[in-house]
Amino acid sequence: MKKAFRAQVLLCAGGACISSGTESVRDAFQRELGEQQLNEEVGLITTGCMGMCEVGPIVVIYPEGVFYQKVKSEDVAEIVKEHLLKGRVVQRLFYKKPSTQELVQAMNEIDFFRLQEKIALRNCGNIDPEDIREYIAAGGYEALGKALTNMAPPQVVEQITVSGLRGRGGAGFPTGIKWRATADQPGKPKYVVCNADEGDPGAFMDRSLLEGDPHSLIEAMTICGYAVGANQGFVYVRAEYPLAIQRLEKALTQAREMGLLGKNLFSSGFDFNIEIRMGAGAFVCGEETALMHSIEGRRGEPRPKPPFPAVKGLFDRPTVLNNVETFANVPYIVLNGGMAYARLGTEKSKGTKVFALAGDVNNTGLVEVPMGMPLGTIVYDLGGGIPNGKKFKAVQIGGPSGGCIPAAHLNTPVTYESLPQLGAIMGSGGLVVMNEDTCMVDLARYFLEFIAEESCGKCTPCRVGTRVMLELVNRICNGQGTMEDLERLEELAGVIQKSSLCGLGQTAPNPVLSTLRYFREEYIEHIKDHHCRAGVCQSIMHAPCSNACPASVNVPAYLAYAKEGNFEEALRVHLRNNPFPSICGRVCPQWCIDKCRRSDLEGPLAVRAVKRFMSDLRDDYSELYPAKVPANNRKVAVIGAGPAGLSCGYYLVLLGYDVTVFERREESGGLMRYAIPDYRLPRKILAKEISNLERLGLKIKTGVAVGRDISMADLRAQGFEAFFMSSGAGHEIMPKIPGVDLPGVYPGTAFLEQAARSQPMNVGRRRRSGICC
Amino acid sequence: MTDSNTTACACEGQCNAAVWNELDEFIASHERGRNSLIQVLHKAQELFGYLPPDVHQHVADQLGLPVSEVLGVVTFYHYFSMQPRGRHTINVCMGTACYVRGAKKVLEALQEKLGIKMGETTPDRRFSITTQRCFGACGLAPVIMVNSDVHGRVTANKLTGILNQYE
Ligand SMILES: Cc1cc2nc3c(=O)[nH]c(=O)nc-3n(C[C@H](O)[C@H](O)[C@H](O)COP(=O)(O)O)c2cc1C
Ligand code: SF4
Ligand code: SF4
Ligand code: FES
Ligand code: FES
Repeated sequence: MKKAFRAQVLLCAGGACISSGTESVRDAFQRELGEQQLNEEVGLITTGCMGMCEVGPIVVIYPEGVFYQKVKSEDVAEIVKEHLLKGRVVQRLFYKKPSTQELVQAMNEIDFFRLQEKIALRNCGNIDPEDIREYIAAGGYEALGKALTNMAPPQVVEQITVSGLRGRGGAGFPTGIKWRATADQPGKPKYVVCNADEGDPGAFMDRSLLEGDPHSLIEAMTICGYAVGANQGFVYVRAEYPLAIQRLEKALTQAREMGLLGKNLFSSGFDFNIEIRMGAGAFVCGEETALMHSIEGRRGEPRPKPPFPAVKGLFDRPTVLNNVETFANVPYIVLNGGMAYARLGTEKSKGTKVFALAGDVNNTGLVEVPMGMPLGTIVYDLGGGIPNGKKFKAVQIGGPSGGCIPAAHLNTPVTYESLPQLGAIMGSGGLVVMNEDTCMVDLARYFLEFIAEESCGKCTPCRVGTRVMLELVNRICNGQGTMEDLERLEELAGVIQKSSLCGLGQTAPNPVLSTLRYFREEYIEHIKDHHCRAGVCQSIMHAPCSNACPASVNVPAYLAYAKEGNFEEALRVHLRNNPFPSICGRVCPQWCIDKCRRSDLEGPLAVRAVKRFMSDLRDDYSELYPAKVPANNRKVAVIGAGPAGLSCGYYLVLLGYDVTVFERREESGGLMRYAIPDYRLPRKILAKEISNLERLGLKIKTGVAVGRDISMADLRAQGFEAFFMSSGAGHEIMPKIPGVDLPGVYPGTAFLEQAARSQPMNVGRRRRSGICC
Repeated sequence: MTDSNTTACACEGQCNAAVWNELDEFIASHERGRNSLIQVLHKAQELFGYLPPDVHQHVADQLGLPVSEVLGVVTFYHYFSMQPRGRHTINVCMGTACYVRGAKKVLEALQEKLGIKMGETTPDRRFSITTQRCFGACGLAPVIMVNSDVHGRVTANKLTGILNQYE
């Protein structure tokens, strides 16, 4: 049937790769292979999604399985001449491991592929979805043949039951039980419906299956029809997936032409046909009863269950309704037996699950893994971790009905049982990874807005309740919320969960509840401090850089003055919030630039360098400090002359207080003096900024340990009315590993202090040392 | 939109007998009645670009349904539009994956650039902006779709280059 080629070039023509340029790459291959007269030797196959959409267009060349990423039409001549003619691989197109930047040649050496176990996606990315012969060559329609010629319908149902397959559309209902219930209903007609509405915004496995392996769906639905006694199937596809609809239509035509769909299949006397119905953009139509109303041409409103679709479904007839991915597993199960499938996964969650990895993760795309794989393995090993050096915050799983899982639970094995315990659900398998730049309150708001828009409006709690919740969360995002609002949110959530008719309403509060559970402190920050740590909530934020700065320095303002060359004014702006421009200009971790908007264009502004420059121009800040409030003659004691204590003293002096800072050590500065090495922060810079504070009126007494040399009672007796404790929170905990007590092992801060004091240290002959903080 | 007592349809002369014929042929090839309604509306929107009242009436008559039922269905589904659209529809994905990767900034930049809000059409009828939840191209987030072309990894900066491809 198919020619034997010396080499096969597989080119991904999944939706994502097409938009990254597959078509021009294909044209280039056709041209180059023709020019080099390789058409007889080398096969070119365009496939469905290979899974790693982030690095598309992807080309894989067999027999070696060499994986080329981000291939452009300009690269093709080189691939053909070097790889296909001379057998020399083109390294510059290899995939680079995100953690080590190591080049990887073969597809199956990339963790993303190596750790997968493909059953539902077995053909996706391996065959041309537009050619039924390729599906057949890969063992397609064998399961249908086996079922129709060798198995009685109850035996088919039995194998599905044994496999432990559960619905992949969200609820995880055992598929075998569903099929049996429909099979047990007397009379005809019955229907088989495939739910390809894929509503979870952030999941795309159904799309990839439809585009990459449409025949497996056709085969599975036909098997299902045979097993339950139905002769007609419907696939309900989202209108937003035009390519999926087109490929499915083509596949249906080919199957009919080949006699694999239609009348008297495999001469068994069994007839089956399938029609496509297009959705029209309503999330609630993914709910099974609403979906069937939609196929009937009505408004897609859900209805109460029971009666279940198995009894009274489409056109009031017994109906099996399954998700695309659920169906995609069926041919494998029928062909290899239910036990083969059940060997994978866990006790109650059998087989594999496809996840759509998206968001802030290096390898976005589709993965199919055995059930029970820890979430962290999916995010870090398959997903390759978080890009741009950002910090992981949470994974959103289960879409608008699901929840967020924070870092603390990354070890959780992903199963139908474990996720609900964490307040999330498996859902359809959308995994959206979020980094520190996502505001969890805003995320809750996002989902509420989604739900409030998508509620069909039939039940009041869902229609009105979600709107009220949205208003409350909106208020919190705008800095107008109160702590009582949090209680009201939880109360409303309970009511909506209990009194909604369909799954949409019943699960609508989940995103709010789960963010409240794991990220309550972010809600509280919005309410009490009017602060959004992710820098997302615009109305409580001045500028992202200022928002990120722990001292809230007005970065845009001083940069604007600096740009005009007015460094004095720039420094004045800085001193309003932060008395240490020269110091911060050297050693601040510069949180501001992590959030700089210009990073999206060419790179962040060098905020810290500007600050260093402008503050170094001047030794005496006296004229630039904000005006002091007249002295009120009230005494405040600050304990500890580190950056916190000195800053506190500074603000209080400006407010007219008489402030004395007590410092145990012989000199002031705290960690700035006793931890940061001189070459990073020259002592004269430190001295300059501290003496400026003293000139302003701050008193500093060094060598006095409060609690040892003088008691709080003594200080009170001396007239101090208020105390600020800033004695330093740093205290190292030595790790519990053998050898920590050996000579030459120092705790981090002690080591730095000794270095700062220029005391001799034993760092061993080879001077190799690590600092443990 | 033209008001309802004029006979001209609202497509401002773009539609013609051929288009109505095509719709009628489509209807004739389908079962008469409610079951075919959504498919017919999809076809009508494809032909006319949107669904003005005279199309509701026509579809209702042809399928033998009350026009109120047609209107009920048209208003229920987001995909159906009763407003005329520009020559090119820009769909900004507001799905979760795109949202966490900055879809909101893209939408804001687009609105600013074209001077219209989501759901509106530019005065020259060149562009309309709409939003949708997920095109299933989340791997390339944030994503926008112009007509049926998917553009991935969009930033505010890249918008001009993308829009220039559509006249
Ligand atoms: C609001 C709502 C939306 C849903 N969306 C989908 C969907 O997009 N795709 C899907 O397969 N199932 C969806 N479901 C689940 C279906 O109702 C149904 O359980 C599922 O399609 C059954 O197939 P399965 O057993 O193979 O999972 C949704 C449920 C609810 C309540
Ligand atoms: S819970 Fe919401 S979406 Fe579901 S039927 Fe009620 S109103 Fe409609
Ligand atoms: S360098 Fe540090 S102190 Fe200065 S603005 Fe940035 S975060 Fe704030
Ligand atoms: S579309 Fe090519 S890898 Fe997903
Ligand atoms: S979330 Fe935008 S394409 Fe899926």
